[in-house]
Amino acid sequence: MSAAVLSIRDLTVEIPTRHGILRPVNGVSYDIAAGEVLGVVGESGAGKSMAGNAVIGLLSPPAHIAKGEIWVGGTRVDQLVGEDMRRLRGKEIGMVFQDPLTSLNPLLRIGDQLTETMLAHLDISRAEAEKRAVAALEEVGIPGAAERVGSFPHEFSGGMRQRVVIALALCAEPSLIIADEPTTALDVSVQAQIIALLKKLCRERGTAVMLITHDMGVIAEAADRVAVMYAGQLAELGPVRDVLTAPHHPYTDGLMGSTPLASRGKDRLHQIPGAMPRLDALPEGCAFHPRCPCAQDRCRASPGPRIEDGAGRVACWFPMVREAVA
Amino acid sequence: MALVDIRNLTRIFDVSKPWLNRVVERREKAYLTAVSDVSFEIAERTVYALVGESGSGKSTIGKMLVGLLGPSKGAVEIRGTDLARETDAAKVDAVRRDIQMIFQDPFASLNPRWRVRDIIVEPVAARGGDTEGMAERLLEQVGLSARDAGKFPHEFSGGQRQRICIARALASEPKLIVCDEPTSALDVSVQAQVLNLMSDLKDEFGLTYLFISHDLTVVQHMADRIGVLYLGRLVEEAGPDALFDDPKHPYTQMLLAAAPQLGNFGREVPPPTGEIPDPINPPTGCAYHPRCPLAADICSQTRPEMRDLRGARVACHMAE
Repeated sequence: MSAAVLSIRDLTVEIPTRHGILRPVNGVSYDIAAGEVLGVVGESGAGKSMAGNAVIGLLSPPAHIAKGEIWVGGTRVDQLVGEDMRRLRGKEIGMVFQDPLTSLNPLLRIGDQLTETMLAHLDISRAEAEKRAVAALEEVGIPGAAERVGSFPHEFSGGMRQRVVIALALCAEPSLIIADEPTTALDVSVQAQIIALLKKLCRERGTAVMLITHDMGVIAEAADRVAVMYAGQLAELGPVRDVLTAPHHPYTDGLMGSTPLASRGKDRLHQIPGAMPRLDALPEGCAFHPRCPCAQDRCRASPGPRIEDGAGRVACWFPMVREAVA
Repeated sequence: MALVDIRNLTRIFDVSKPWLNRVVERREKAYLTAVSDVSFEIAERTVYALVGESGSGKSTIGKMLVGLLGPSKGAVEIRGTDLARETDAAKVDAVRRDIQMIFQDPFASLNPRWRVRDIIVEPVAARGGDTEGMAERLLEQVGLSARDAGKFPHEFSGGQRQRICIARALASEPKLIVCDEPTSALDVSVQAQVLNLMSDLKDEFGLTYLFISHDLTVVQHMADRIGVLYLGRLVEEAGPDALFDDPKHPYTQMLLAAAPQLGNFGREVPPPTGEIPDPINPPTGCAYHPRCPLAADICSQTRPEMRDLRGARVACHMAE
């Protein structure tokens, strides 16, 4: 594995409120290597988007990085402000959001949005940028790219818009893409097109991808490794096949059991009792223990230790041992 | 006899610009056919699922079934009564009482200023029925506590709100519940809780569901019979086993191939081509022919009729 493009070390995001300090991201560490897709899964409120926003410096105050380090391509970025942060965004890190309509400027032709981004970050002439804009649109599979550069965002369908957003994220040739629920607003057939496109482009260019989603199916098909988040903490991290077929953390196991599967037929779905705790009422010890079938006194007393296991790791006192299904 | 009988159902929306714009811009009136000549039956105590992508007309059919929209052509008969044409008020009222609906967004479908008790008993209270202790009983049946009756909707999470919606739907003791994407707004572990609850209630009360969803795995888990819609047309109808093991319509095959699945690690398949066409100007003949790998001349000329094929009904000239 080549050197990590993104390294997050013990990242903690805090939001001070009247009722105390909330920690939507709490002591999270992971790396993403060049050309690798790291899937980040979790339910709403697990802190997966918050971690992505922290990397690209989009935390809205009063949320702030309280602890930890973020390194992108060998540079520490968590303390950058103002102009330095602006240069990093777009140049080193591209971002794809869930809703393609709100991430494009409705008043600018898409060609202008692409050239503006390139002129801001790359040292090229306007004519060159315009040429590259057409090439970028062709690359993401927009038919008649030479004519469509003059179109406005509302003239495209949802899937085509998301392609434009991907072209926009990739046009300054960043080393890292953060894709936050890129296909959640799209239909299944369009989702398959967008995921295939994202995978292809990133593999060709060796771009690292942080793919944030709640859809385990998308993770299984697109990611190389997966990080499972629960209540702001990393519950489990490992190669996608290992984590999904032989989970070590009881939460991952419960999540997999809750997903309707063809092979399970009409049997009752496995239920995780209760709901994810609110950030202002996190239980003592392991955050998952009130819902965990394996919980014991130790889990109530202190959070699960980080257990390294080859390529993966899990934060649990009593990780489940199960043979991987070949 | 089937509980619900839908025959040649069509709904056309007028999407024209205002009169003055049409005159100035010299435009014709524009019509959008959201549902086109759809026929199917729902047997009592079964789950009938409608699947399709956005714009396929699945929610429009659901709304016509509960009477929120009237059909442009064709008929919806519930136990032999056509709600749009029946003139006997007592008969209409008796059938209406048997139908309830659960909506997708539990944040938008509960009145934020009403207490949960009032929300739940409203379907009964509106008809002047006795509602003593009803909300508390129903809350316990859907897995909440009787004490929650005095609270307001904002005090609950998404999954709990959807349980309140289910309790409200159950209040008038309906036979048929139209569920329009009931779990699409929920997280997967909460979705599992709600789906299990819906299955339990179905067995307990002998309910019939029309289950509208875009999620094929959820549909496969819940449904006894599945109808696949494309651009307002029913393209295939079959039981879950027949549909998932042996899809006959090329659109169904594409949909199944495109759906992400656990277990398909790093799957590399050519993604589907094209997008859903503009419903205001649908393609001639079979609506799917511009994207279809099997398309022949006949497909662009004649719209295929529904025909029986190996335990399924399919609308395709080429399927074998």
